[in-house]
Parts: sequence; C-alpha cells; structure tokens
Amino acid sequence: MARYVLKRVLISIPVLVGVALILFLLLNVVPGDPVTMMMREHIKPDLIEIFRERMGLNDPVLVRFGKYMLNALHGDFGMSYKLRRDISELIFQAFPQTIKLTIYAALVAWCIGIPAGIISAIKQNTLIDRSFMAFSLMGVSLPVFWAGLLMQYVFAFKLSLLPVSGYYSIRHYIMPSIVLGWSSAGSIARMTRSNLLEIMKNDFIRTARAKGLKETSVILGHALKNAMLPVVTMMAIQVSGLLGGAVMTESIFGVPGLGVLAIDGIRYRDMPLLQGTILFTTVIVIAGNLIADLLYSVLDPRIRYE
Amino acid sequence: MKLDDNKLTPSAAGAGAGTGAEAVPDAALYADEDADAELLDDDGIFDHLKSMLRKNKLAAFSLLVILIFAGAAALAPLIAPYNPNTPVLSERFAPPSLAHWLGCDELGRDAFSRLLYGTRVSMMIGLVPTTISMVFGTLLGLFAGYYGGKVDFTIMRFADIVLAFPSLLLAMVVMYTLGGSLMNIFIALSIVKWAGTARVIRAQTMSLKEKEFVEAARSMGVKRWVIMFRHILPNCIPNLIVLFTLNIPESILSESSLSFLGIGAQPPSTSWGLMVYRSKSYLFSQPWLAIAPGVVILIFVLAFNFLGDGVRDAMDPYLKD
Repeated sequence: MARYVLKRVLISIPVLVGVALILFLLLNVVPGDPVTMMMREHIKPDLIEIFRERMGLNDPVLVRFGKYMLNALHGDFGMSYKLRRDISELIFQAFPQTIKLTIYAALVAWCIGIPAGIISAIKQNTLIDRSFMAFSLMGVSLPVFWAGLLMQYVFAFKLSLLPVSGYYSIRHYIMPSIVLGWSSAGSIARMTRSNLLEIMKNDFIRTARAKGLKETSVILGHALKNAMLPVVTMMAIQVSGLLGGAVMTESIFGVPGLGVLAIDGIRYRDMPLLQGTILFTTVIVIAGNLIADLLYSVLDPRIRYE
Repeated sequence: MKLDDNKLTPSAAGAGAGTGAEAVPDAALYADEDADAELLDDDGIFDHLKSMLRKNKLAAFSLLVILIFAGAAALAPLIAPYNPNTPVLSERFAPPSLAHWLGCDELGRDAFSRLLYGTRVSMMIGLVPTTISMVFGTLLGLFAGYYGGKVDFTIMRFADIVLAFPSLLLAMVVMYTLGGSLMNIFIALSIVKWAGTARVIRAQTMSLKEKEFVEAARSMGVKRWVIMFRHILPNCIPNLIVLFTLNIPESILSESSLSFLGIGAQPPSTSWGLMVYRSKSYLFSQPWLAIAPGVVILIFVLAFNFLGDGVRDAMDPYLKD
C-alpha cells in the first residue's frame, strides 16, 4: 500500500512539471513586451533595456522557467504587473472564497445527486426515472453563466429573496453554490444510478431477497454500500472539477476568488497574475485527483496495485 | 493509471474494461471466417443507430431539433427578417413585438436575426474543433497504442498534462496568448480536447492489437500502416461516433463560456455566448435579451446530449467488446 501511494505521488511529479512548463511556454510566447505593458508608452528605450535585464527577461526561456519554478516552490509567484502586489498574497486572499464556494457546491451536488440516483435506480424505467435522468442531462447542458443570470433575475431582482452578488455571508453563497453544484449533481445522479443497477445483478442481492428482506433494506443495506465506492471517488474528482469550474460562477456573482483573479489577469494582460493563479489552481486540482485515486484504493482493497 | 481511464467517459471505461477480456463469441466468429474481416461492419453500426432512433423517441426528436438548427444556420440570410449587424438607433431596447420577435439589443439590432446568425457560429464551433481534435486524438491514440514503448510514453504523458488542466482554464490561457477571435477558439478547443480522444483510442488499440485478426494480418506480412488504418481504426468507429456526439455539446458550451467571459468571439461577429455577455448589463431592465440566447444554447446542447445518450446506448454492444 505504502509503495502504491509513493508510486502514485511520484507519477504526478512529472505531470506537475509538465503543466508548469506548458503554462510557462504558452504565456511567454505572447507578443508584446511586458515592460512596455507595465510602463505604458513614452519611455526611453534604454530604460526598457534596464528593466528587461532586471526582470530577467533577457535570459533564455528555460533559465527563466527554472528561476520561476524555484521561486514558485518557495511560494513566490512574482509581482502582478497591474496591481503591483505579491501574487502569492493575492492568491491567498482569493483562495478561501473559492474553497468555500467549491465545498458548498459539492454539498448541493451530493444532496441532490445521490438521492436522485437512488430513486432512479429503484424506479428503473418508470416515468420518475426517465424524468430524473432527463433532468440530470439538463444539468450538464445548462450554460452555467446563463443559469446564474437567470437566478439573479428571479431570486434577487424579482423576488428580492437573496443578494445579487457579494461574498459577505452564507446567503451570498446560496445562488452561486446551486448554480455550480447543479451540473455535478447530474453526473453524480447518473453514476449512482448505473452503479446501483449494476450491483443489483449480483448473487448476494438475490440471496438477500431470498432471505425475505424488504426491497428497501436490500437496496439501502446491501446494494448501496457497494455502489457508493466509485461515487465516493467521483465526489473527490468533482470537487477538483468544481474548483476549475468556479471561474464562471465567481465572475457572475462577484465572488473575489481564484477565477476572478484569473479573469483579471486576462483582462489587464497581467501575465504573472494569470500564470500564478492558473498554476496554483491546477496544482490543487491535480492533488485532488491524486487523493481521489488513493481514496479509491483504500476504500476498495480489490483494486490491484500493479 | 486504470482509474484515470475509468473516470474519463463511460465509453472509456468500456474500452478499458475490454483490455483483458476474451473476444466475444460474435467477434471470434467474424475473425474465423476471414482473417481480413473486421470485427464489425459499418452496416451493422448504422442499423443499430437506425433502430435506436426508432425506439428512442427523445433521441429521434433531438435529431430533428438539430436538423432544424442546421437548416436555420444554412438558410439564415433567407430567414432572418433583418440584417443582424445594422443598428437602428430608434429601435434601441425595443421589447419583443410582432416586428421584432425577440426585441432589439443595445444598438437597435434585431435580436432574432442575430440569434439566427449565431446558429452558424455555434454549428461551426460544434463541428470544427471537435473534428480537428478528434482527428489528432485518434491518430496519436492509434500510434501510442500500436507502437507502445517510447512513442506511447511520450504521447500519453503529454495527454496526461493536458488533461491535468481544468479544461476551461487551459482554453482561457490559450485565448490569452492568441487573442480573442473565432479562429482562435477553434485552436484553443482543439488543443484542450484531443487528449481525451487519444486516451480512449489508445486503450482500444491496445486491446485490439492482441486480437487474432490483427495477429493473422501481421503474420501475413501486412504493413503496419495498413493494420492500423484498415484493421484497427474501423473497429474504433463506434467509440468515435459516441465521442463525437458528446464532444460537440461540450465544445459549444466552452465557446459560449469563453465568449461570455469576453475572451471568445469578439464583436462584430455574433455568438450566443457573446449575446448573453453583452446583455448582462441590461439584465434587470431588458431581461429578454439575455434569456433568449441562453434558452437557445440550452436547447441546442440538450438536443446533442440526448442524441449522444441514445447513440451511446446503441453502440453499447460494440463498446463492451
């Protein structure tokens, strides 16, 4: 087991380096000189040259990448061009909002998705099942930004039930969490349903029924326990997916999280800000996926570790 | 890495599960008949699809909806009541009426005509990046699966890296580098999406490579390329069909998200996502401007997803192989 964990962790290191390298290359081939970006027009060319030298922009790309990585490992993502502040500081200010939003959204997704999946499986091929599954596909098909706007219009503007945007109290998080959690709820429901149906074909279910157990206790007591294993890992993967998907939700509801930071980076052409935010988010997502994989092998000893 | 394969798509799981499985009796039969014969023939696939459409009313209806959208896209210049780009300042923010079915936007352009022209964009966004990414994904997956070793390692580590990014974020970075335009969305989405296809096709190639009919072909001295493209690739078609139908709605949603963030399609071109983005500021005074394009995106994407779901069911016997 320890060897498997070690192996999985070691496998993700080259992926992490690759992610950082690709990101670095993508963002550093951008046309336009960062110094002129920072200083605006009308600066002396020799001044630009001094700044280029000082910022290390004259080094070869790989050297710059090496330096960037060394600093990033020490928690230093450089300085934002536009905001003139430490990027790591900005990230740590934004991260709590994103994490909160992600956790709330995950709760929404599980509370809707799992029961819906169970009910669908029990009532397989009935109208309830069909409509639940159609509904879950709708969750996947709904443009997040549009759902957000619609909710703002109905619940904040027409009914005045919830605040339009902001992040000051739990009420501010209600709409963003539902919007973000909705699509995951759909996939969780589908997965719960199909796993449960698969498990129901097993011999031990037939035995449980033959013992004279009620159908509900067969499902809740025997089948569900086994069906939930993949769903649990999927939950962990979903959390990291939500982390990435939070961008849209944050920008609509004015939650100053990592997503808004990334969008600011794009809008102000603030390369280090964008790079730092995306790198940080992706690392968290990779870590989340790793934990999901490990969790799965802990929960299900039948998984063989090559 | 088995887990990674499984969480990708249900079809990926199917392909992964088949890696160690024995050949199904059906397939063995075909392989016995003629060493050159493929496991499946194309007629069979289309028969399956046709009978699925007969049974699955929702999927059939979805196909109809998609065809209507396609017709609207093709005939947009004929159907559109107004020029989508002509501003009529006296008509600014005109509410929906008989003259302007969906009202007019902030520049007095007819929203319905703009939606119609937006259909063309979304159709293209659905088809072009999906096709490009799937061609590259299929080729790379075939090479990786067939050659194995270093080729496999290089391609798949690259795919791992691409898949490690949250896809919208990677697309955002590419759009930052390239700048916002429709063409660049094609490129960005192709870069983001190829890896998923490559993973599925690689898994399937690896399992097909071990089958008797490939071995027979190899022992007869058939060239590698011929084996890959004439013997293995045709057997990946069911998977490719499923991936194709499910990738289209994803691409459309990604485009509308990027456009909504203001880094996708740029005015004066139209796009449904861009329409929602532009009307965001008038949400509380002219809500119809934001609602209509959203409804259209939802219907269009939903139709593809329903159809894709049906297609996956129809292809199920092949995917289990």
